[in-house]
Amino acid sequence: MTPNQTDRLATRFIQFLVLIVVLILLFLLGDIIISGLPHISWHFLTSPASSFSAGGGIRDQLFNSLYLLVLTLIISFPLALGSAIYLSEYAGDNWFTSLIRTAIEVLSSLPSVVVGLFGYLLFVIEFHLGFSILSGAIALTFFNLPLLIRSIEGSLHAVPNSQREAGIALGLSNWRTIRGILLPMALPGILTGIILSAGRIFGEAAALIYTAGQSAPILDYTNWNPTASSSFLNPMRPAETLAVHIWKVNTEGVTPDAVSISAGSSAVLIIIILLFNFGARAIGNRMYKKMTGGK
Amino acid sequence: MQAYDLNKNHIVTPPGEIALSTNQLQVNYGNSKQASMVNASLSFPRFQITALIGASGSGKSTYLRSLNRMNDRIATVHGEIMYHNTNINSPKVNVYEVRKHIGMVFQKPNPFAKSITENITFALKAAGITNRQELRQRVETSLKEAALWDEVKDDLNKSALALSGGQQQRLCIARSIAMKPDILLLDEPASALDPISTAKLEVTLKELAKNYTIIIVTHNMQQASRVSSYTAFFHLGHVIEYDQTETIFQTPTIQATHDYVTGNFG
Repeated sequence: MTPNQTDRLATRFIQFLVLIVVLILLFLLGDIIISGLPHISWHFLTSPASSFSAGGGIRDQLFNSLYLLVLTLIISFPLALGSAIYLSEYAGDNWFTSLIRTAIEVLSSLPSVVVGLFGYLLFVIEFHLGFSILSGAIALTFFNLPLLIRSIEGSLHAVPNSQREAGIALGLSNWRTIRGILLPMALPGILTGIILSAGRIFGEAAALIYTAGQSAPILDYTNWNPTASSSFLNPMRPAETLAVHIWKVNTEGVTPDAVSISAGSSAVLIIIILLFNFGARAIGNRMYKKMTGGK
Repeated sequence: MQAYDLNKNHIVTPPGEIALSTNQLQVNYGNSKQASMVNASLSFPRFQITALIGASGSGKSTYLRSLNRMNDRIATVHGEIMYHNTNINSPKVNVYEVRKHIGMVFQKPNPFAKSITENITFALKAAGITNRQELRQRVETSLKEAALWDEVKDDLNKSALALSGGQQQRLCIARSIAMKPDILLLDEPASALDPISTAKLEVTLKELAKNYTIIIVTHNMQQASRVSSYTAFFHLGHVIEYDQTETIFQTPTIQATHDYVTGNFG
């Protein structure tokens, strides 16, 4: 074979592999969306789930998912930001730093069921938080931290060193340089990281079954008092999320339309996660353009 | 490379007022036993341009970066750096204050990803200047001094990253002099610029030397001879010769200097 032929053969083979990946993705997305889309209606999105009769919706589950997401980010973002700044800007290259990095790696590879059971024992039982959004949010923080830390650290790392030197040479403190120069430059990357990790949180089920619970009490969307048990803002109430709902409807659903509820919910879940992904890219690009003066 | 006697040197002390001087400065990077810079004792005349020349790895940038303590986190610097009768190489000295008095401009233009105005006002605000009038005044004066005002005065709110390389470098100079430093250190400021931008920058530097003491590292010997009044030649971490620029380029005392400036080096 001539070099030309080998090259062509290799190229074809690589293209074939890529094609398989793309086809798998398209098939999955297509199947979920095509079978779920007909079941999505305004009624489906805005009415509460019913336990026995047909015609239930996913209003509370959808809200729970979003609320859990916000709560998780409120807990995990400051932690991740601090750790990432430390790792990227302050930490030296020593055994302690590599210990932290290994810990973060391990955290990210924990099976979610294990984290769920651990959360159940520690938060739900030991700390008496009960099946609650708060327990769920803390459990999800475990997954979220490694993703966020790594993406923020990566974004900070991508800021050229000359920017740090510029700040320091002007007599600015290290912290002032980080806050005023490095973080704004890293912001598009950080935002993308947050949104991508949000997709992960949104789709998580196993860890939530044991922490946020599987029941969705009827919520009162007019009660803004977060301490009231029926309030939609109460973080101490059990909350079934969309992903958990899909799992539950499929395992023990007794409603006659369980299959279509599951299909519709899956489609909604996928569409929202896709929106997160596209949104991350769009926001990242836009901020980058704005900062670099449209160049 | 021809081996020169590194301990043979010829170093003058310029007459008149001295802005900054170093005494037996030695720099070691990290835990390295091998010093990157040894026994550098130089005095820099006030309101003059001094050029530091030498081959790559000669220690001139290392030396320059020690002068405003930029090497603090990466190297150990021994010896004295005397500024206004204070040894600013002492751990007790407030390095942030030092850097406000001794500004630095780098090889590659490194404006912040902010507007032209904010590039200049950011450090000023951090230093506690909040009066809008004063800030505006400083922006205008420093941009004028850096010969950039006429080109940017209508788009002060535009991102600094949209400027050309030469403009960015002059913005970096403006940013430094807005802090009203005494001394300006420039580390090969023209090496990333085209000849026209370089020429403009050199004119700017000469203009700035009326009010600032300037120390410039350069690879470009023509540049050194064009802009500076004193020149120091560095070789393998040693200062070999320091004298008036004319003397260095026309009648150097040391053989190594002669070989370097005539291009018979290495």
